[in-house]
Amino acid sequence: MANERNRVYAWEFPIRFTHWINVICIVALSVTGFYVGNPFMYAVSSKQYIMGWMRLIHFIAAYAFLMSMIIRIYWAFMGNKYACYTVWFPFSGKKLGEFFDALKFYLFLSKKPPYTVGHHALAGFTYLIVYLLFVFEIVSGFALYSVNHKGAIWQALGGWLVGIMALPIIRLYHDLVMYVLIAFTLIHVYFSWYSDSREKNGLMLSIFNGYKFITGKESDI
Amino acid sequence: MNFSDDALHKIAESMEPLSQKGVSRRDFMKFCATMAAILALPASFIPKIAEAISGKKPYLVWLEFQDCAGNTEALLRATKPTAAKIILDILSVDYHETIMAPAGHQAEKSLMDVVKNQKGNYLVVVEGSIPMKDGGVYCCISGKSAVDIAKEVCGNALATIAVGTCAAYGGIPAANPNPTGAVGVKEAVPNATVINLPGCPVNVENITACVVHFLTFGSLPNTDKFGRPYFAYGKRIHDNCERRAHFDAGQFVRQWGDEAHRQGWCLYEMGCKGPETFKNCPTVKYNEGTSWPVQAGHGCIGCAEPNFWDTMTPFYRRLPSVPGVSIETTADKVGAGLVAATAAGILIHGIGRALSPKKEEE
Repeated sequence: MANERNRVYAWEFPIRFTHWINVICIVALSVTGFYVGNPFMYAVSSKQYIMGWMRLIHFIAAYAFLMSMIIRIYWAFMGNKYACYTVWFPFSGKKLGEFFDALKFYLFLSKKPPYTVGHHALAGFTYLIVYLLFVFEIVSGFALYSVNHKGAIWQALGGWLVGIMALPIIRLYHDLVMYVLIAFTLIHVYFSWYSDSREKNGLMLSIFNGYKFITGKESDI
Repeated sequence: MNFSDDALHKIAESMEPLSQKGVSRRDFMKFCATMAAILALPASFIPKIAEAISGKKPYLVWLEFQDCAGNTEALLRATKPTAAKIILDILSVDYHETIMAPAGHQAEKSLMDVVKNQKGNYLVVVEGSIPMKDGGVYCCISGKSAVDIAKEVCGNALATIAVGTCAAYGGIPAANPNPTGAVGVKEAVPNATVINLPGCPVNVENITACVVHFLTFGSLPNTDKFGRPYFAYGKRIHDNCERRAHFDAGQFVRQWGDEAHRQGWCLYEMGCKGPETFKNCPTVKYNEGTSWPVQAGHGCIGCAEPNFWDTMTPFYRRLPSVPGVSIETTADKVGAGLVAATAAGILIHGIGRALSPKKEEE
């Protein structure tokens, strides 16, 4: 079958760009965020500025992450059909069938991979949850930031949450969701590799160059 | 400070009634300057404050409900003839259960006299929370429930100052499971004009500054969304903390009594709630500027925040406990467990993949 393959340009530049910005930001935010919650390094001299630097990196990465999120949402309306926001809401009858087919494939209950060029229904729904978690991290993060950065912009980005939730509770969930996102990252990388190895569609490479190979069985070309 | 002759004349005039009571001119000026500083007013307001607080003598009643009298203690702990003495001299305190001379019907009559005769003109200080459950039976004074007293006294007052976290938000009596249905004054009497001065106890300087602001400008100071005046609760403890430099450097106390603790490093890891708490403790301090918890080597417990007993605990840990799991389990243990479980799941899935046939069923 290999010689019959065609390429489809699935992931446009903004999708790949925001994906890798997210990777960098999530790594930076997790490491520095973990330090802010549990300072694991101790300064020997008062001239050091460890917590100061950790917080600075955390805040810069937070702004980059917010910008990446804005670009991705913009592209959900402007990009191709694989980037379209509709893939996050797979609630039609056909899509729900695809959702359970994919679930069965991952749980070894079926040997038939969910052949799609873009996200299959299970992946689309997972990204909906992940984006909601991203939004929670951004809002709760800016809520914590707003306590000593008074201004309308920070009030709008997250300050409104203070008062609805007490500050220690916001901190708790901001911390817990980080672990959920780390767990997601493990699953995400593993199943990307697993799907690639079963579907042989160049999935792992597609996030670098944007192209996916099609086998002719895809339902969404 | 240089004042005009006119201003000095005014001060001299306003001093007369107080000097007869043993408050020296120097003490009085220090008091006025302190009040201007706490309220973040320029020095030109000092003569205005001096004039305002020596002219009128507003009526004030002090009510105690579900409380420990800790705020009264804080008020009476003044060691020098400053804040407390002056405030007691410039106010006509007509009812205060802990310190008043009359008792029984006589005492209740003096309270009702103020409510009737000075309707809409007197100030109320409330200390302690108000129980609402079962018709308010859990706190009754002279046959009346706290909520009925509060509705009558605070409802007819010019303004109510809720001192301490209990009067402001329910405080410790309102902590989960809140058996008496305790609430703060504003919740019990929604139509009253209330300013909240939470803290456990309240800082006397802040009560005094509120009253002085009221006497000087004829209005209560501006408040945040929790009803707390900005002059005292506008800044976060963490941002004004004397140990903040150790936080930024990365120097933390890891155990009580360790070398870092003896060096006075940051108490962040010991669960200090300074980053979550808004109050002027680091600058105004307690007991006439003697000290405050962090200076004494103990972390902040966030006592000035609504529901602090439920949201700021455990006091000696950075984050609250994760709901639904054992109280000894920290958020990071839960998170690490989640990640470990995911990794284990992936490993099992990988083994399953290795064992299952490679070919796809057509």
